Amino acid sequence: MKLSYMLGLLVVLSAIYLFIGNSDLSPLDLLHPTAIQLQVLTVSRIPKLVSILLAGMSMSVIGLIMQQLTRNRFVSPTTAGTMDSARLGILVTLMWMPAAPPLLKMLVAFAFALGGTLLFMRILEHVKFKEPIYIALLGLMVGNIISSVTTFFAYKNDLLQNVSSWLQGDFSTMMKGRYEMLYISLPLLVIAYLYANRFTVAGMGEDFATNLGLSYRKVVNIGLILVSSISAVVLITVGSIPFLGLVVPNLVTLYKGDDLRSTLPHTAVLGAVFVLCCDILGQLIIYPYQLPVSLTVGIVGSVLFLYLLVRRKADQT
Amino acid sequence: MINVRNVTKRYGDTSVVNDVSLEIKLGKITSFIGPNGAGKSTLLSMMSRLAAIDEGEVVIEGKNLAQWNTKELARKLSVLKQTNQISIRLTVEDLVAYGRFPYSQGRLKAEDRKFIEEAITYMELGPFRGKYLDHLSGGQRQRAFIAMVIAQNTDYIFLDEPLNNLDMKHSVQIMRVLRRMVDDLGKTIVLVIHDINFASCYSDYIVALREGAIVSQGTTEEMIDTRVLKEIYDMTIPVETVGGQKICVYFS
Repeated sequence: MKLSYMLGLLVVLSAIYLFIGNSDLSPLDLLHPTAIQLQVLTVSRIPKLVSILLAGMSMSVIGLIMQQLTRNRFVSPTTAGTMDSARLGILVTLMWMPAAPPLLKMLVAFAFALGGTLLFMRILEHVKFKEPIYIALLGLMVGNIISSVTTFFAYKNDLLQNVSSWLQGDFSTMMKGRYEMLYISLPLLVIAYLYANRFTVAGMGEDFATNLGLSYRKVVNIGLILVSSISAVVLITVGSIPFLGLVVPNLVTLYKGDDLRSTLPHTAVLGAVFVLCCDILGQLIIYPYQLPVSLTVGIVGSVLFLYLLVRRKADQT
Repeated sequence: MINVRNVTKRYGDTSVVNDVSLEIKLGKITSFIGPNGAGKSTLLSMMSRLAAIDEGEVVIEGKNLAQWNTKELARKLSVLKQTNQISIRLTVEDLVAYGRFPYSQGRLKAEDRKFIEEAITYMELGPFRGKYLDHLSGGQRQRAFIAMVIAQNTDYIFLDEPLNNLDMKHSVQIMRVLRRMVDDLGKTIVLVIHDINFASCYSDYIVALREGAIVSQGTTEEMIDTRVLKEIYDMTIPVETVGGQKICVYFS
C-alpha cells in the first residue's frame, strides 16, 4: 500500500474518532459548538486522539528497530524484558518516591527499561542457539522473571493494584494534563528516522557495519536508548499495548523489506492506524461502555501474529 | 602498502595466528591458502579491523590500523566476510547502494549512483536488481555482496572465500572481475581462497599458512610447486602445466 493512501486513511479515521464517544458531538456541531462540546473536544477527544497517534507510531517504530538490531522478527519491547523492566522502575518510584513528578518517574522507568533491554542483549550474545522463536521465548522468560520481582514487591507493599493499572493500556483516561508527556516521543521518532540507514547497516551484523565505517556498538546503543525511552514514556502515560511492536513492523516488512529508511514511515503510520482502529472498535463493541485498548489490540494483534507465524513458515519451505 | 608485523591472535590459551609478518604488495592479488584452521580468516579479519589484534601491528599506508578513523578507512579498504549467515530483506540494488554508505551516509548523489550502476553491470546483476536477497540463489546473493564491495570503490579489497556457494561459471566470472579490477583500476586485492587452482590461475602472490603461522610465501610461480605444497598440505601434489597455467592435480 502506498504511504499516501495510508496517510489518507489515517486522516479519515482520526476525523471519525473525534466524533465517537459518550458525549454528543457531531461534525455539524463544530459550526456552532456549545461550551461543553468545545470542552469535550479539547479536554478529552483531541488529547485521546493525539495520544493514540503518538503511542501507535512510536511503539511500532521501536519494535521495528529492535527487530532490526537483534536480527530477529519476534523481538519487541514486550518480548525482550523492556516493558517489564520499565514497570519495575515505576514500582520503585511508587515505593520510594511516591510524590515525585511524572517526568522523574519516567526517567527512572527509562533507566530500568534500558537496563532490562541491555541485560537481554547481553544474554543474546552468549546464546549459541539462535533460532528466532527460541530467542523470543527467552526474552519472554527474562521479562517474566523481572515481572515476578515486580509482583512480589508490589504485593509486599500493597501496590499490586497500582502496578496492574500499568499493565493495561487504556486511552479512555487520557485527557488534557495527562497525556502531554507523550510528546517526548516525537523528537525521538525524528532521531529514529535520521538513524534509519544506520540501523539497517547494523542489522547486517558487526563485521558488515564496521566495513562500512560505522561504529556498530554506538548505533546499537542509540537504538536501545530510543527503544527504552519510548517504552518508558508510553508505559507511564498510556500503559502497555501488547503485540503492537511485533505485529505492525512484521506486516510492513512483509511487503516493504528491511530497508528502514523506507519501512520506518510506513510502520509509524500503520501503527497509528492499527491502534486507532482497535480503539474505535473497543468503544463501539459494548457501547456506551468501553474496552481498554490493550484488550482489543491484544486480540486483533495475536490473531494477526499467528497468521504471520504461519505465513513465514510457509515462506521458508 | 600494507605491512603486517608480528601479529598474534589468541583465544584463551591457544593462538590461532602466531607472530605473523607479511607485506601486501600494491596493485596485486595476494591469496591466503592453507588447510582448515590455519588462521587465514582470522588474519584477514585482523588486517581489516574486524578482529582485535592481541600482539603486533598492522600498518596501512604508513599509518597504524588502530590510528585510522574507521569512516576514512571504509573509503580505503573494504572487507567481505562469508555472507551466508546474513538474512536481511533488501533488494540487490539497495544492498549495492549501501556500498556507498562511507561516502554518502545514505544520501546518494549522482556520483554514487554511477558507481552503483557500474557495480551492478560488472557483476551482471541487472535482471535481479529489484529482487530481494532472500529470493536469490546462494551464488546470486554472493555476487550481490561482491557488487556492494565494488561500489565501495576502495583501493584495498579483502575477500574471505568469495567463491563459496558459487558454481564454476560464476567463480570464473568473479575471479576475472577481480583480475580486471587489479589490472585496469590498480586495486589491491587479498583473498582467502580454498581452491588452490583458482589461486594459481589468478593471483600474483600466495601466502601459505598452517597452524597459525606462515609456512611459505612468494610469487605464484614459486609457490605452486610440488615441494612447497607438500609442506603446506602434507600431500604430494603433482603440478601440471596446462595452457600456460599451473594446475595442481590433487585428486589421487
